[in-house]
Amino acid sequence: MRRPVVALAKRALRTQVRKPQFIAPLVIFPTLFLAVTVGGLQGTTSLPGFPEVDGFLDFQLAAAMLQSLLLGGVSAGISVALDIEGGFFDRIVASPAPRVAIVLGRVLASGVVAIAQVTYFLALGLIFGASIKGGALGVLYIYVIGIIAGTGFGAIGVLIALRARNASTVQGIFPLVFVILFISSAFFPENLLSAPADVLAAYNPLSYVVEGLRAPIVFANDAEALLEGVAAAAGIAIAFTVLSVRALRGRLREA
Amino acid sequence: MSDARRQVRALMRRGLNEILRVPGGAIPGVLAPTIFMLGLSAVFGQASQLRGYEGVDFRTFIVPVGLLQGAGFTGAATGVNLARDIERGWFDRLLLSPTPRSVLLAGIVASASLRALLPASFLLIVAFSIGVDVPNPLELGLALVLVMGLAATMACYAILVALRFRTQQAAPLMQVGSFIAVLFTTSYAPRDLLSGWLRTISDINPVTHVLEGVRQGFVGDVTWADTWPAFLSLAGLIAVLGALAVRGMRREGA
Repeated sequence: MRRPVVALAKRALRTQVRKPQFIAPLVIFPTLFLAVTVGGLQGTTSLPGFPEVDGFLDFQLAAAMLQSLLLGGVSAGISVALDIEGGFFDRIVASPAPRVAIVLGRVLASGVVAIAQVTYFLALGLIFGASIKGGALGVLYIYVIGIIAGTGFGAIGVLIALRARNASTVQGIFPLVFVILFISSAFFPENLLSAPADVLAAYNPLSYVVEGLRAPIVFANDAEALLEGVAAAAGIAIAFTVLSVRALRGRLREA
Repeated sequence: MSDARRQVRALMRRGLNEILRVPGGAIPGVLAPTIFMLGLSAVFGQASQLRGYEGVDFRTFIVPVGLLQGAGFTGAATGVNLARDIERGWFDRLLLSPTPRSVLLAGIVASASLRALLPASFLLIVAFSIGVDVPNPLELGLALVLVMGLAATMACYAILVALRFRTQQAAPLMQVGSFIAVLFTTSYAPRDLLSGWLRTISDINPVTHVLEGVRQGFVGDVTWADTWPAFLSLAGLIAVLGALAVRGMRREGA
């Protein structure tokens, strides 16, 4: 099982590296959005109820990471859909490789891409003056939560691709990434969100993931936020990997 | 009707037919600006408590940004469609026709201007239904003319990219161009609240004038002082990007 999973993960990574149009949006859009929000709304840190932070960049860095990781999931979904459209998927199915490796290989690749995404945003933040209050241990926590979350978002992309079967439909979920981000505490503190976003944010697992990523940057290593972040990311990863495997089996039964 | 006008109308109709033929392709471009408007209002709504917004509700402040984003997405979509026509060889057949290149460009760009009214209408309906003040017809008309003008500008830019790369895979480049042009302005905050580097960029960025031209009718009265820079900026952008796009088309046929 391990060899086909690793081989398919390597292939997925090679495909992404060879096609910059898959990689570029993962960092360009979140970076631009980060720049505009930090440059335009830095004054909001003085609003009553805003937690004490060194700067708006420190607060927004976790949001940019989460946005990038979610777009990574969309990118993984598009890749799978292109494999289905191009016939590669059928060739893998016809091979003796275990079917589940198709899902696990892609999900593993998303986890590896997540390492690069987290590294990029940490470096960007540090270059532009952010500080990691949690130190080296905090950085480790950010990587752990980021990798698990990236894996989970990759699984969501695979699930959507297996259901939709065409790349343009998967690409169409791009605006939804922002919908689920807007109803979380990714961009602003939950207590300052307007209704109904504030209520929805309290139940959105992404709020817990982003708070887990944010805590080591802004408040040092808050054990509760970190545990909740890991739990939410792991929940997403496990649930959607299982659902993707089921969707794959369902698709194979139809074939 | 002159030949040129007929040809422009035919190309415009073809561009608009895209919406009916592939409605799924148009949906994200129509929905995205409204999603952004609603989302940003819900998330950053409290920012309007800051001095500088002068009591303007954040939803009202952000509606013009959504309108221009819709124009940007439409312009980018026009470029993507042209890239697809290039990939499939339809554009080569078009170039073989005796139609002047400037007329071809005018037809494609005019369709983008008209298509921009679709996301704008959807956004305005949603915005007014959630309580954004309705500007008077003159103010609204001015805003829509500027939105159509920006869609034409962004279409010229996206056409340039499409002619250069000749593939739909260049779509992110087209989208990023419009994203930067619209957001690196006074999009989320008034000029006085912007950090130094963003204020400098927004001062240089001609789309800032277009945004302020659209916004004036939503946050106050329309004034000549906010109107002429918007039209001058658009005229300049269309002249430069349009000339470059025509040159690109001429090179295609050479």
